[in-house]
Amino acid sequence: MDERTTLRQKALWWIAGAAVLIYALFPVAWIVSLSFKSAADLGNRQFLPADAVLDNYEMILVGDAQTLFLSALRNSIGIAVIATFLAVLLSTFCAYAIARLEFPGKKVILTTALAVAIFPVISIVTPLFNLWRHIGLYDTWPGVIIPYLSLTLPISIWTLSAFFRQIPWELEQAAQVDGATTWQAFRRVIVPLATPGVFTTAIISFFIAWNDFVYGISLTSTEAARPVPAALAFFTGASQFEDPAGAIAAAAVIVTIPVVVLVLLFQRRIVSGLTQGAVKG
Amino acid sequence: MAAITMRNVVKQYGDGFPAVNDINLDIADGEFVILVGPSGCGKSTLLRMIVGLEDITSGDLFIGDTRVNEKAPRDRNLAMVFQNYALYPHLTVFENIAFPLRLQKLDDAEIERRVHGAAELLELVEHLGRKPANLSGGQRQRVAMGRAIVRQAQAFLFDEPLSNLDAKLRGQMRTEIARLQKRLGITTVYVTHDQVEAMTLGDRVAVLRKGILQQVASPRELYREPVNLFVAGFIGSPPMNFIPAVVSAGELNTPFGAMRLPDSRSPELDGKDIVLLGARPESFDDAAIVSDAVRDHGVTFEANIDVIEWLGNEQYAYVPYEAPDDIRDQLADLERELDSEALRTQLVVGLDTASQIAENSTASLWLDLRQVHVFDPVSGFNMTARDVNVDESAGATAV
Repeated sequence: MDERTTLRQKALWWIAGAAVLIYALFPVAWIVSLSFKSAADLGNRQFLPADAVLDNYEMILVGDAQTLFLSALRNSIGIAVIATFLAVLLSTFCAYAIARLEFPGKKVILTTALAVAIFPVISIVTPLFNLWRHIGLYDTWPGVIIPYLSLTLPISIWTLSAFFRQIPWELEQAAQVDGATTWQAFRRVIVPLATPGVFTTAIISFFIAWNDFVYGISLTSTEAARPVPAALAFFTGASQFEDPAGAIAAAAVIVTIPVVVLVLLFQRRIVSGLTQGAVKG
Repeated sequence: MAAITMRNVVKQYGDGFPAVNDINLDIADGEFVILVGPSGCGKSTLLRMIVGLEDITSGDLFIGDTRVNEKAPRDRNLAMVFQNYALYPHLTVFENIAFPLRLQKLDDAEIERRVHGAAELLELVEHLGRKPANLSGGQRQRVAMGRAIVRQAQAFLFDEPLSNLDAKLRGQMRTEIARLQKRLGITTVYVTHDQVEAMTLGDRVAVLRKGILQQVASPRELYREPVNLFVAGFIGSPPMNFIPAVVSAGELNTPFGAMRLPDSRSPELDGKDIVLLGARPESFDDAAIVSDAVRDHGVTFEANIDVIEWLGNEQYAYVPYEAPDDIRDQLADLERELDSEALRTQLVVGLDTASQIAENSTASLWLDLRQVHVFDPVSGFNMTARDVNVDESAGATAV
């Protein structure tokens, strides 16, 4: 391959990459720009705001929409964190058993987990709505967390059991020969190796819970449990004739921040190459 | 350091299959013993039983004077090098080597001193800060050895430690292991399926077949006096030739003519119709260049040579021949057990490199009858082997 083809290939890759980036990030950029536009500016058919203002952020954080947004933010954070914690805890146990132990019904568990994930959310939500109302879970945190587990558990079990299968379990035996007790071998060798997988799973299931809309809007009715994606639909403008798009955009930007922060914080821990070099490689 | 003693050791799996069957073996303090055999012979299982990773179904295992059957691996104070090294990927080379010492709760200065000592011995000093992922195969192997030697354990156990290295590195590390063991003088049990490792490293070699100990002897003795067909076929490369022979009136009729064995090699043949003659490739030679002084000790015969392999320091000629079906089947079975496959019955003949015999020709070959073994095809016993090595090897059982 001569240099010219490499250069051309490089250029093509850059162009293709840029195209994908623009396609993916343009709507985000638009929402950011929208969030800085004043109410009069919203329909100006321009990408950049004529005059960047913080009105929209003011409105949702300290203004009229404050109660609606801040309570929704609190609900979202609480529900997503609890749902993630439960999903990771349960799926760690489950995946450990699937990766390490031989027992009848192993396949059944994995297939069931997949089957649960196949059900469209929209088909479950109506019966769930009725059931929750009867047993008093409607518009409560547990009432949202439980359906979220049905979304996060299957994927957590699958990713974690795939990850655990790659761990060279022979290391546990090596540690025991080196003088470790079963517990020491687990804590000093297996846990450090399993951590990146657990973190990856936690982040994936946090995103799923954080981004859900259908359960959020169908199983809640007040600020007691309504998460942000659902609350966005209830925003109104300053008057009923005003477009709430600016406020919605501002709220969308704010709820995106934790996701970005999480990825930036943990991307180093998600390094999957950590187990390389244990064995021959 | 300590001796390792096995008394009637048995490993039976859940389905009743005995992976290791009634092993008696005494490994002296400071001795280097090799466990060798084809895959599935139970050699790795036996090693894992010594270290405590497999339960012992019955029998007794002693390390020093202590019975250790029920002891956990960590209480046996043995160091093991695994086939795939089993390094801890999240720890640096230093911490990998220090791992057993940290578990012993030694103080930092002592750990530092011992790890550096081991690193110097293994030339790992400049790699101490790196992670295993960034090391070459040979370096990883040395780290695994380092982790074993800092322990000052009672014995070293190696489970095919060189099988993941390429051929050149394997040769170097083999010498390195031999040197290290001599220097430290520590009892060592080494599992391998590689003959070269088995022959060069061990003070004694234990050959296993289907969980049963066949013969325990020095490499030299194993090669010269194999107790049965299995050992004879397993040790040596190219392997020993087995030639069917019909017994008649003190002579052996082979596909290559009648042979009369010298007295030193004549076992009691009464009641036997057919025996197998075992002859190593180097017992043959080109009849044209055999010196007259030894010619009378052997027999000369004509043979059709179809292929010749010239290797520089030696050359091998291949002589296909027809054998009776039942013998042929038996030899094929033996080959299969030895992890190889016999496509045809043939002689592998070692020739002097000076020999001018051409491929696809009929040549006159010479076989040194003083080095021939006679095997009972039914029991597999070597009828010419002196009985001494059976007694000497502490309960070695032959099939």
